[in-house]
Amino acid sequence: MAQLTMVQAINQALAEEMARDERIVLLGEDVGRDGGVFRVTEGLQERFGSERVIDTPLSESGIVGAAIGMAAYGLRPVAEIQFLGFIYAALDQLYTHAARLRTRSRGRYTCPLVVRTPYGGGIKAPELHEESSEALLCHLPGIKVVVPSGPCSAKGLLLAAMRDPDPVIFLEPTRLYRMFREEVPDGDVTIPLGRARIARPGQDVTLVAWGSMLERVLKTDSPHSLEVIDPQTLTPFDWETLLTSVKKTGRLVIVHEAVKTGGLGAEIAATVAEEAILHLRGPVLRVTAPDVVLPLPRLIDSYLPTGQQIRTAIDEIMRY
Amino acid sequence: MPEEICATVEVRRLSVLAADGSVDEALMPPLAEGDIRRMYELMVLTRTFDQRAVALQREGRLGTYPPSLGQEAAQVGSAFALQPEDWLFPSFRELGVQLTCGYPIQQIFQYWSGDERGQQAPPSLNIFPVCVSVGTHIPHAVGAALAARYRRDPVAVAAWFGDGATSKGDFHEGFNMAGVFRLPLVFICQNNQWAISVPLSSQTAAATLAQKALAYGFPGVQVDGNDVFAVYRATHDALLKARSGDGPTFIECLTYRVADHTTSDDAGRYRSAEEVAVWSARDPLQRLEKYMERRGIWSEAYAREARQLATSAIDAAVVAMEAVVAPDPADMFTHTWAAPGQRQMRQRKGA
Ligand SMILES: Cc1ncc(C[n+]2csc(CCOP(=O)(O)OP(=O)(O)O)c2C)c(N)n1
Ligand SMILES: [Mg+2]
Repeated sequence: MAQLTMVQAINQALAEEMARDERIVLLGEDVGRDGGVFRVTEGLQERFGSERVIDTPLSESGIVGAAIGMAAYGLRPVAEIQFLGFIYAALDQLYTHAARLRTRSRGRYTCPLVVRTPYGGGIKAPELHEESSEALLCHLPGIKVVVPSGPCSAKGLLLAAMRDPDPVIFLEPTRLYRMFREEVPDGDVTIPLGRARIARPGQDVTLVAWGSMLERVLKTDSPHSLEVIDPQTLTPFDWETLLTSVKKTGRLVIVHEAVKTGGLGAEIAATVAEEAILHLRGPVLRVTAPDVVLPLPRLIDSYLPTGQQIRTAIDEIMRY
Repeated sequence: MPEEICATVEVRRLSVLAADGSVDEALMPPLAEGDIRRMYELMVLTRTFDQRAVALQREGRLGTYPPSLGQEAAQVGSAFALQPEDWLFPSFRELGVQLTCGYPIQQIFQYWSGDERGQQAPPSLNIFPVCVSVGTHIPHAVGAALAARYRRDPVAVAAWFGDGATSKGDFHEGFNMAGVFRLPLVFICQNNQWAISVPLSSQTAAATLAQKALAYGFPGVQVDGNDVFAVYRATHDALLKARSGDGPTFIECLTYRVADHTTSDDAGRYRSAEEVAVWSARDPLQRLEKYMERRGIWSEAYAREARQLATSAIDAAVVAMEAVVAPDPADMFTHTWAAPGQRQMRQRKGA
C-alpha cells in the first residue's frame, strides 16, 4: 500500500498485470525507451523487454489495427494513443473492426484490447492535446469506454479493462495525472466495468460527472446535500445506479467538459426523461463546454465548466 | 561533395507459364502432378461458384456479389502455397483463397446471402472474415504476425487486397510497421487494373505497385497473375523467407477483373469491350489447361469430370444454404460483447 498519483497507479496496474499475464503486450509511440510522454509506462520496457513494450512508428491507425490483429491472435494488447486528439485516424479501426470483430466472426475472433489515451483539458498543452470527445466513442456498440477519476479507480478499472474479453478505451484525465495521491493497495483491486460508484451520498440533488469534472464537482461547496455519481464506465452505462439516485433526489445535474450538443449528457438526460420523468421535480440541467472548437490554453478556463457554473446549476435546480 | 545515387529501385516480374502452355523449366516450382491437378480443380471450383453466385443474385437468391472471374490463378495460386496453421486476411474478392484453404462453401454463399453466420470461420482455419472496408485489414495482418513472433509460433501471415487498397493510409501504416518489425508477412495485391471505375493509372503514378514495398524496406515483386505457377512460386518463396525470419514480401499479381465490379455494377459505363477482350484471351484457366494437356494430364473427359465435381459441390452447398433456418433477431445481441450490458438485455427482450 502506498500513496500514489494516478500516473503511478496506472503504471503499477500495468506492471502487475504484465507480471501476472504474459499475454499483455504494450505498444505505442514513445511508450518504451521514453516511458511515454507522461511517464505512465516508465520502467516497463526495462523490466519486461522490448518485445512486450513495443515502441511503434508514429502510426495511430497502424497501432490500433495491429492491436486488433494481436488480440485476435490471442494476446491482450494495451495500445497507447499519445493524446485523444490524435485518435481520429484510428477511429476507422475502432469503428470498423475492434467494435465489430466479435459480431462479424460470430464469436470466432474476439478483440480483448485496451486503448489507453490521455484526455481532457486544463494542462496548458498545445492544440489537440486537451480534447474530450468521449461521446464519439460511446456511440459505438461493441466498444467499452472507461474513465477513472483518481489513482484508486485508475488502477482498479485498468486491471478490469485488461481482463475484459472485449475492446476497452481507457480515457485518462490528464489534469488528474499528478494532481493528488491516494492510498492504492497492491495487488488485485479490480473494479468491475459497467458499474457506477456513488462518490458521495446525498439527498437533494444527483450530480453525475466523470474524469476530471468529478474532481471539480466534489470540490464545489454547496449548502445542499449532493449525491455525486461517478459512472466510471461510460459504455455500458450503469443506468440502474443513476436512476435509483434520481428517483430518490428528484433532481439531476450533469457535468461534462465535452461540448453540449450530442454529448453524453444528452443521452443521460434522455434516459432519465424516459424512465424517471415522474420522479423529477425540475428540468435536468447540463453544465458543459460551449459548442465551440476547443480553445488554446489562454482561454481554456473560460471553456471548461467551472465550480461557479456548477454551483449556479445546483442553486437553480434547488428552486424546484 | 558530389551528388551520389543513394537508392535505386529494381522490380522484377516473374512469369513461368506462357500463353501457349509452355513453361520456363528453370523457374517452374516443384509441384507434384497431383498438386497441379488440385490447383486446376480449385480454379474450376472457383469459377463454378462464381458463375452460380452471379446467377443466384440475378434470381434474387443472393445479395450483391463481387465476381472473381479472371482472377482464379492469382487467388488459388497464392493460397495454395500456405500451410494449414498460417493466418489469412482476405479482402472481399478472395473466393479462390477461401475455397483453396477449405472454407465451407455453404458458408461463403450464406455470407453473400446476407447471413453473418457465413463469416464464422471453422476452428481449424485461421482465416479472418472478409474485409469490406478496403485495405483496413492490412494492419491486422501486421498485428497477427507480431503476435505469432511473440509466441514463437512458426507461422506466416498473408493478406490479400486490390490495387485500390494501395492508395489507403492503412496500406502505408501496415507496410511501414511490417518493414520496421521485419515480420513474417506476405502481402498479395490482386492488381486487377480497376477499382470500380477507377483505372490503375488514376490510382497511382508509380510504374508498378510492387516498388512501393522498397520504400518500406522490403522486396516487392510483380508476377503474371494469370500464371498460376508464377503466383505460386512467388508466394512459396516469400513464405519461406517469412518463416526463416527474413521479413515481409509484397507480391503484385497482374491480373484483370473480367466481370463487373459487383452484380450492382455495369462496367460498360467506364471501360471498353476491346480491353476486356484482350484480357479475356489471357484466361488463367485455359492457360493451365494447355500446360496440362502438353504434359498429358488433361483431357476433355477429365475437365468434364472436374466441372461436374465442382457443380455437385456447389449444388449441395446452395441447397444447404437455402435450408438454413433464418437467424433469430435476438442473435444480433449475442456477439456484441461477451456479455450484454443492462440496456442491451432489455432491448433483446423486445427483439
Ligand atoms: C474504405 C472503402 N472505401 C470505399 C469502398 C467502396 N468500394 C468497394 S470496392 C471498391 C474498389 C476496390 O478496388 P480494389 O482495391 O482494386 O479491389 P477490387 O474491387 O478491384 O477487387 C470501392 C471503392 C469500400 N468498400 N471501402
Ligand atoms: Mg482492383
